[in-house]
Order: sequence, then C-alpha cells, then structure tokens
Amino acid sequence: MTDQLTDPPTPAVDAADERLVRVVSPADYLRQLGGRLRGGDLGMLPVIFGLVAICAFFYSREPTFLSSRSLVTMTLYAAPLGVIALGIVLVLLLGEIDLSVGTVSGFTSATTAVMFVSHGQSLALSILVAIALGALIGGGYAVLFVWVGVPSFVFTLAGLLAFEGALYWVLGDQGTINLPRDSGLPEFTRQKFLSDAQGYALVAVVVAVYVGSRLWAIRQKRAAGLTPPNLLGVVIKAAALAIGLGWLTYYLGIDRGWGYLPVLFAGLVVLMDLLLRRTRWGRYVYAVGGNEEAARRAGIRVGMVYGSVFVLCSTFAALGGVLVAGQLTTVSQSSGTTDTNLTAIAAAVIGGTSLFGGRGSAYSALLGILVLQAIRTGLNLMNVDSDVRLIVTGAVLLLAVAIDSVARRARSSSGRG
Amino acid sequence: MSVIENEAPVRDTGEVVLSLTGINKRFGAVQALTDVELTVLAGEVVALVGDNGAGKSTLVKTIAGVYQPDAGVIEFAGAPVTVAGPAGAQQLGIATVFQDLALCDNLDVVANLFLGKEHHLGPVLNEVTMEREAWRLLRSLSAKIPSVRIPVAGLSGGQRQTVAIARSLVGSPKVVLLDEPTAALGVAQTAEVLNLVERLRNQGLAVIMVSHNMADVQAVSDRIVVLRLGRNAAEFRTEEATTDQLVAAITGASDNVVAQRAARRAAHPEASQ
Repeated sequence: MTDQLTDPPTPAVDAADERLVRVVSPADYLRQLGGRLRGGDLGMLPVIFGLVAICAFFYSREPTFLSSRSLVTMTLYAAPLGVIALGIVLVLLLGEIDLSVGTVSGFTSATTAVMFVSHGQSLALSILVAIALGALIGGGYAVLFVWVGVPSFVFTLAGLLAFEGALYWVLGDQGTINLPRDSGLPEFTRQKFLSDAQGYALVAVVVAVYVGSRLWAIRQKRAAGLTPPNLLGVVIKAAALAIGLGWLTYYLGIDRGWGYLPVLFAGLVVLMDLLLRRTRWGRYVYAVGGNEEAARRAGIRVGMVYGSVFVLCSTFAALGGVLVAGQLTTVSQSSGTTDTNLTAIAAAVIGGTSLFGGRGSAYSALLGILVLQAIRTGLNLMNVDSDVRLIVTGAVLLLAVAIDSVARRARSSSGRG
Repeated sequence: MSVIENEAPVRDTGEVVLSLTGINKRFGAVQALTDVELTVLAGEVVALVGDNGAGKSTLVKTIAGVYQPDAGVIEFAGAPVTVAGPAGAQQLGIATVFQDLALCDNLDVVANLFLGKEHHLGPVLNEVTMEREAWRLLRSLSAKIPSVRIPVAGLSGGQRQTVAIARSLVGSPKVVLLDEPTAALGVAQTAEVLNLVERLRNQGLAVIMVSHNMADVQAVSDRIVVLRLGRNAAEFRTEEATTDQLVAAITGASDNVVAQRAARRAAHPEASQ
C-alpha cells in the first residue's frame, strides 16, 4: 500500500516525457487544434469552410439550391468525376500528375459504347474491357515512368492528345453513340436509389463499424500500455457521424434518396482511405511522396509503388468515364475532352491534396468534387453562363493552390514539414 | 520519467565482428582506396578520420554495400562475405546511418522507424505493436523524443539523428556505421548524439563513426583510424593520442602551421599564457 501512496502512478509509455503537451480536456484539444492551424497543418478545414460558404452564398441567392431535389442531383453528378479525382489524389500523393484522365475516360467509355451498342456485346463485358483498357494504359505510363524515366507531365500530356485521337478513331464516323436508357448502365447511374430503410441501415452499419473499430483500438492500446483514444471523443464523433449521416439520409429521402452511384463513389473513397492509411502499400505511397530516396534506401520497391498508382489512376479514370457515359446516356467526340481533366485535378487539389506530394487524403476527392459541383449547380440555378462558371472554377482552384502553398511555407517554418 | 534500467556495460570486446583487409577501390584514374585495413570489435567505437578525399566515404560505402571493392576481403563474424548492395549489408547485420539521415518528413516517428520493415496483421499495419516497439527502442537509447506520433519534420536536428540511429537498430544489427553524425548539430545536440553512441557501445554493438570533429572523436571513440590519400596513415588508441598527433597523421606532415604553433607552445609554455 505504502508504495502506491508514495509512487505517482506510472504514466503510459507514450506519455512519460514531461515535455509532451498533454491533451486531456476538450480545451486542450481546441488549443492543440489552434496550434496545428497556425503551423500550417490545415488538412481539410479550408475546403470544409469553403463548402459551407459556397452553400450559404447560393442559398441566399436561390433557396432551391439546398432543396432535397437539388442535393440529390448534385450527388449524382458529382460522383463520376469524383471517381476520376480519386485517381488524381493518388498520383498527387506521389508528387506526380496525370493530365490525361479526361481523354482516357472518354476513350474507354467510347470503347464500352461501341462494344455494347454497335457490336452487341454484353454490357458487363464491355465495361470490363473499358476498365482493363484503363489499367493497361496506366501500365504503359508506369513503364514509361519507371523504366524509361520520362517525366509524368510529358507522357500524360502525350496521352491527353493520343487518347483524344483514339476516341475519334473508336467512334469512327458515327460521332455520337446513344446508350439505350433501359440498359443496365444508365439505370444504375440515373434511376437506382436506396430505399429509406436501406439508407438508414447503411448509416447504422457505418456508425457501428466506426464505433467497433475505435473500441477495438482502445482495447489494443490499453493492453500495450499506450494512451488509449479518449472514450468521450469517440462517443462524440460517433454521435456526430450518426446524426449527420442520418439527417442527410432523411433530407435526401424527401426527394429520391441516396443514388447507387454516389454510394459506390463514397464506398470507393472509404476503401482508398483505408488502403492509404492502414496498409503497407499506402504507407509506401506517402513515404515515396515524402522522400523518394529515403523510401528507396528503406528497401521499398519504389518502382512498384509508382506503377501501382499510375495503374490505379487510369483505372479510376476508365471507371469514371463509363459512369459519366451512363449518366449522360451518350458518348460523343466531346466525351471527356472538355473540362473533365481539369475538373478532376482541381477537385483533388481543392480538397486539400498537396501538389508537392506526400500530403492529402482520399476524402479530398469527395470534398473537392462537392465544392466544384456546388459551384456548377449554383451558377446554373442563377442562370449564369458557362463562361462565368469556368472563371469561378479557375479562381477557386487558384485559391486552393495558394492556400496549399502558404500552408507549406508555414509548415516549413514551424517544423511540420 | 519512469526508471530506466542502468545499463551495465556489456563489453565483450575481443571478438572481431568486422574486419577488412587489403581493400582496393578505383574510380577511373583515381585510386580511392589502396590496401586499406580496418577491424572493429564488439562493444568498440572506432573513429574513422581523415581529410577530404582521404577515402572515408568510399570505405563507408564499401562496408554499407553501396560500392563493391575491386580487391580485398571483408570478413563478418569470422567468415568472408561479399556485401551485395545495401539490402545485403542490412541482412548481414551492418546498419548504416548516412549523413542525410534519409527520413520521410511527412511521416511520423513510428512510420519512419519501421519504414520497409512494418509489422502487420494480414494486410493491415499493426500500429500498436510498432508504437510499443518504438518506445522500447527509444528508451533503450534513453532518447528524448516527446511523441512518436508527430511528423519527423517537427523534431530538432539531434532528435532526427536519434530517430535515424534508432531506425538502424530495428533489424538488431551487429555493426552500426555512422557517417558524420554530429556534422550539422549544435553543442547540446552533439552531446546527445555522443551519449547515444556511448549507449550503442554499451549494448555490445560495434560502431564505426566517421567524423571531421576531433573533439567528438576523442570524446567517444576507443580507437582512431586515420586515412590519408586512400591509405591507412595511422592508428591510435584514443587515450594515447594527442590532437597534434592526429592532425599530423591526417595532414601527413608535422611541418604545418598547427604543428609549428604546438611545438612553440611546448618549447615556451609561458609564451602561450
């Protein structure tokens, strides 16, 4: 007994250093957050603030902007481009770029349409071929980058031109191919929605998985003698998640509810996030993006990391292109050529993925594409022409990159790399 | 701070861990190393000193597997080996901390320590085991790292050096090569790193330290091997060597300004007062 009275309780292994700033109370947490922001560790806060500001602006001009119908339409239109942006996030994490995702998406979707409509192949086979083509293109990029050593800017610029040509070549003299509206692809992308019960069940599953994984983490950490995550924080976050998603499900449910397409996109985002944060492959992606030479000396096969990311990026581009085609029910010579590229790249950057490599998250594709879609929908509702939309999108992109650059400078001066 | 067990020096000196004989390395017209010999015992710190171009870096890179020697024998734990590449050196148990440290600034300390050697459960990283192991490793070095979950970019130069040295210990090596570990550090941080080197020796590791700084070398090493123009110029037991002798061996002449001034002082002690 006396021992216990005289000895202070042994702190957890990771809290033993007296110089470490303890985070115990909510006030500590807020203070730590403030310090992080000043140090340029902005994460996704700018884009969340931006999204709220944009929504508030358009809502004040045009209240139907936040109507259930408008939001459902936004989720539907944001998803396919979001899938393409997800691939861009991966490439940007390595500090590289892919300028050809737009024309790759156009070329592969044209392949699907030609096989399905003109040659009467099954839809599944047509889509699989398109996705396989995407993977193959990414494989070609990987070879060019890893073995030949061509900069990614150059070979994807070449791809931008070449696959636009390939799109014309595949379409031949038809110009435009319309997908039958009652076929599976347009149905999936335009008409399939979760019922209310399915929506709430999905929310419940998401929250349950979140809580379960956090509780497991607490148990593991406690068993290992480390500071476990704060139980109260977990409860608050879980409640926020449940209420937020539940309310969104209710609100979208007034109109059509969650489309299959946005659910697929959200599922891909969560999957990529888990792969990036929880697997060795994801760790290597961040390591190569942060310091390629260090990663190489640590025995990481850097070429494999680059290769896998280029393949994934083009594959996501192909998948996104097929989904766009389903949504528009048509493939034409302008598929993927106009502003698909820059929208996808802008979405990734606006969402908070650094152009300098090594920083960012899969969720930036989701948030970035929501910002761009909100701008597009809002300006459409206000009957503004596309010239203004392009100018506004350009300005938002510039703002996002400027924030990234300023934050990077703040990081290097406050020692957050 | 909780109690850290007092490391009793487990010096089993006498056992040769690494020995190099007759190493030759030539780059084009330049004979970078000529018949160089080097032996390191377990629990011993050998300092490798020499002027610029003396062949220190070439020798270190040869041991680390970056270069292959043109001639000569490398014996590891008594058996002749060929060090094929940096990965081969690591497998043998030769860990190298290069001067640029090779850390990923955007990753936290745990991720850096286990980069390329992650613990995992199936496909998923086992962060908890890695974090516990990271603390154990840092504790064994009495390292002062406030948190292992902050990006390495937020650490001081000495702490970064500590992380790099701790990382070299992840694969339980027998030999640790330190290339200029104190080159870019301040006074306090240099002391911290020298303490670390002392602890590596006390853990029974063979340490080879390359340095330009005579004070550091004399503070922490057991033996000093001097290279000059790619050859073994001299070898001293640290306690017997004076700075003058070292400088003379490094420059290859006792007839220079430093040596002359030292000689004058020795002749007229009152003049230097």
